Amino acid sequence: MLEHDVLVIGAGLAGMRAAIAASANGANTAIISKVHPVRSHSNAAQGGINAALLDRGDDWEDHAYDTIKGSDFLGDQDAIEVMCSSAGRALIDMEHMGVTFNRDDEGKLGTRAFGGQRRARTFFVGDFTGQALLHVMFEQLIKSGVRSYEEWFVTSLIEEDGQVAGVMALEIRTGQIHAIRAKTVIFCTGGCGRIFEPSTNALIVTGDGMALAYNAGVGLMDMEMVQYHPTTLAGSGVLLSEAARGEGAYLRDKNGHRFMEKYAPNMMELASRDVVSRAEQTEINAGNGVNGCVFLDCTHLGEALIMEKLSQIREIGIDLAGVDMIREPVPIRPGMHYIMGGIKTDINGLTSIPGVYAAGECANVSVHGGNRLGANSLLDTIVFGERSGNHAAEFCRGVEFVDFDEGEAVAREERRINEMLERPDNGDRWGAIRQAMGESMVRNVAVFRDEQSISEAIRDFSDLRDRYNQVPVQNKNRIFNTDLVFALELGYMLDVADTIAFSALERRESRGANARTDFPERDDDNWLKHIVARKGEVGPELSYLPVTITKWQPEERKY
Amino acid sequence: MDVTIKIKRFDPEADQPHSYWEDFSVSVPDNATVLDALIKIREEIDGTLTLRCSCRSAICGSCAVRINGHAGLACKTSLSRAIDEDNCVTVEPAGVMKVIKDLTVDFDLFWDKIREVEPYLQPQGAEPEGEYIASNESMLHLSGVTACIMCGACVSDCTVLEVDPTFLGPAALAKAYRFTADPRDGDREGVSRDRLRNLSEATGMWDCTRCNECVQACPKGVAPMDRIMALREQAVSAGFTNNNGARHTSAFTESVGHSGRLDELRLPIKSVGGITNIGAMLSYAPVGWRALTHGKMPPIRHKNVENVENVRRLFRKLEPDLAGPQIGRNSPFG
Repeated sequence: MLEHDVLVIGAGLAGMRAAIAASANGANTAIISKVHPVRSHSNAAQGGINAALLDRGDDWEDHAYDTIKGSDFLGDQDAIEVMCSSAGRALIDMEHMGVTFNRDDEGKLGTRAFGGQRRARTFFVGDFTGQALLHVMFEQLIKSGVRSYEEWFVTSLIEEDGQVAGVMALEIRTGQIHAIRAKTVIFCTGGCGRIFEPSTNALIVTGDGMALAYNAGVGLMDMEMVQYHPTTLAGSGVLLSEAARGEGAYLRDKNGHRFMEKYAPNMMELASRDVVSRAEQTEINAGNGVNGCVFLDCTHLGEALIMEKLSQIREIGIDLAGVDMIREPVPIRPGMHYIMGGIKTDINGLTSIPGVYAAGECANVSVHGGNRLGANSLLDTIVFGERSGNHAAEFCRGVEFVDFDEGEAVAREERRINEMLERPDNGDRWGAIRQAMGESMVRNVAVFRDEQSISEAIRDFSDLRDRYNQVPVQNKNRIFNTDLVFALELGYMLDVADTIAFSALERRESRGANARTDFPERDDDNWLKHIVARKGEVGPELSYLPVTITKWQPEERKY
Repeated sequence: MDVTIKIKRFDPEADQPHSYWEDFSVSVPDNATVLDALIKIREEIDGTLTLRCSCRSAICGSCAVRINGHAGLACKTSLSRAIDEDNCVTVEPAGVMKVIKDLTVDFDLFWDKIREVEPYLQPQGAEPEGEYIASNESMLHLSGVTACIMCGACVSDCTVLEVDPTFLGPAALAKAYRFTADPRDGDREGVSRDRLRNLSEATGMWDCTRCNECVQACPKGVAPMDRIMALREQAVSAGFTNNNGARHTSAFTESVGHSGRLDELRLPIKSVGGITNIGAMLSYAPVGWRALTHGKMPPIRHKNVENVENVRRLFRKLEPDLAGPQIGRNSPFG
């Protein structure tokens, strides 16, 4: 049987960082991903990565405070302290590995301003920082010699007596089912954006790891905290980086007014994302938009700056909307982008099951709380990817592999998959179910939400679940059967969708990204706490955890 | 907009696997991309249609296919611009790499070549405590290369790889250039001597025929061929001239700079290091014989063009370093 001390699931930035760290600590490490590592969604991070560098006169505690305020005081402050105090080293490590960060006039790393922060501490590579980091991390993965299972899709986690034993995986290229034994598993499977339609997220972002962990009994925390990014392109919903506003772009309504002065007179366009998205939605709802959009105006930035620092998003505007941002404002609207919630872990990435870890967007450490600051996500992946890899390698030294019957495990998984392949054609398609789920989510669990809308989403998901249980798979073949993979992914998405909706319904206040029109105020007395969703008999069972506060007491949030 | 997507399909599990064309008619919004149409077909018409795709915004590199015969990203190609007068567009798998199923190809060849160039920064000497100090210009220049998303469009349409799978190819060579041009890689002066030496060998930088297909195919403006030409300049200036490619370039320049035209007889001889290279001379024999018997042998006595002094003056002005013979001085014809 295939066997590894540390098995990392997902090969984005967090996954590769974890694998490299575990391997460097002497663990027999492998990484498994349903796509080739450089196809991972870390690619899509555009604007940059935050770090407070002392030699720039910055202080990590200032970064921590901005992050805590951005989180609407829901982030755990011990975790935020870890992230912000590790940021400088993590950034310099990436530079040493070869990232081609933009420089200042002295040849040192250059910065740009980003939302929700009082000083410029966002380091960047043009407007494709995530891609630049991801490819360099892949270079380091090659250098490390870590075994990489590419285009292998994990279908279940194997547990024996409350301990992790390994995973089952479908080798997409052959259609073969494999069991892989592992002492530890690190979920680095990214977010779950495709539960929403539209979303800025790539088609592969289907909440796989969250669902696998949830189904194994691990809690998903703060799932109601879904980030709607302020600048997604009209039509396709593709992301246009916050870097545009960081470089000085304006948001305007249909009459050309910079409406942010009403909502965030100090920070204007660079208020935190939840604040800006709510402002845009309020203006659009009041009829001050055009076709459901307001405008991102870069025309005053000049061609030279746009070509040097924003060239990729300019291309996107031209390719997908036929608008050249050098010449005219781009129609944009809030769009689902990120989930702050995820698999509950401690500051070492460890979940409630010994040997099971999580890092990156699929995890909730929690450093983002109710709202993530732009350019903190890349930092999160690298810092907590490394920590979980280190910790998992350490954990392996003290434990033996857990035995399980490989033949039986493979047979069981094959039966499950064959059952799906053999379903009679009833005219339904997984694509239609996913579309209905996504539209319900964006309609009902939106920038603004209330009890009625969220309840409607929950009813929709229940109906869709019934359809899903019968949905046929058209492609009956083995080799590269993506039809089957998508059907399996949809099951994961429906599991996670429930946890989002139930958590959103539960939080009867407005905090961070959970803006309840029926409970418009933040309520620290009753709701300064995390909501944890665990799998129950019928749907998610909810419980609470306290927020860790070290030295920053909750205060009113103004930008 | 109603369009017909003509897709080249392949089912490896068919009784007798073979490629065939299948037409799909779909109705899509006017601003749809080729990828939008392919996804619509996959989700609504035929769930067996197989292709890789993910980000929909030209950053993940999954969806490189041949559209109307040329490689490109399906997500970056506007359907309205791709269709012909009958509202029809053809989509085939990328070239050079083996087809797995439908539009999905085997990337092993691609990644093997990337691995071959040791694709990670290799600085010499101790790391600084903070960041390396480097000019913004040097980083911006590199970012033009690191913008490569490894989609394989350049490899698909490379005319050398099509006939010689041993060639490193445009993507791997551009990746190599990303390090040789990095001031942090290599020795104290930022010269990556080991890389340049290795890349000067057969199957490396000198095997590109400059057909420009990779430049056309690249969806990210990386212009791999231009990077390969820059590699050649770096290699020659680092002194790696004792190879066929460098000698060929030098002899070419020398011939034109001296006589105003190419000396087709001596060029191949100088390229391999002169007539003392017996092995190479013997390998030329069949070609030489065929040329001779078909009246295609270049003249033994190479003549200057009329007013050759004008050509020489131009050379002196534009390329003072190349105006005279600089490499291959030991050649018996030099």
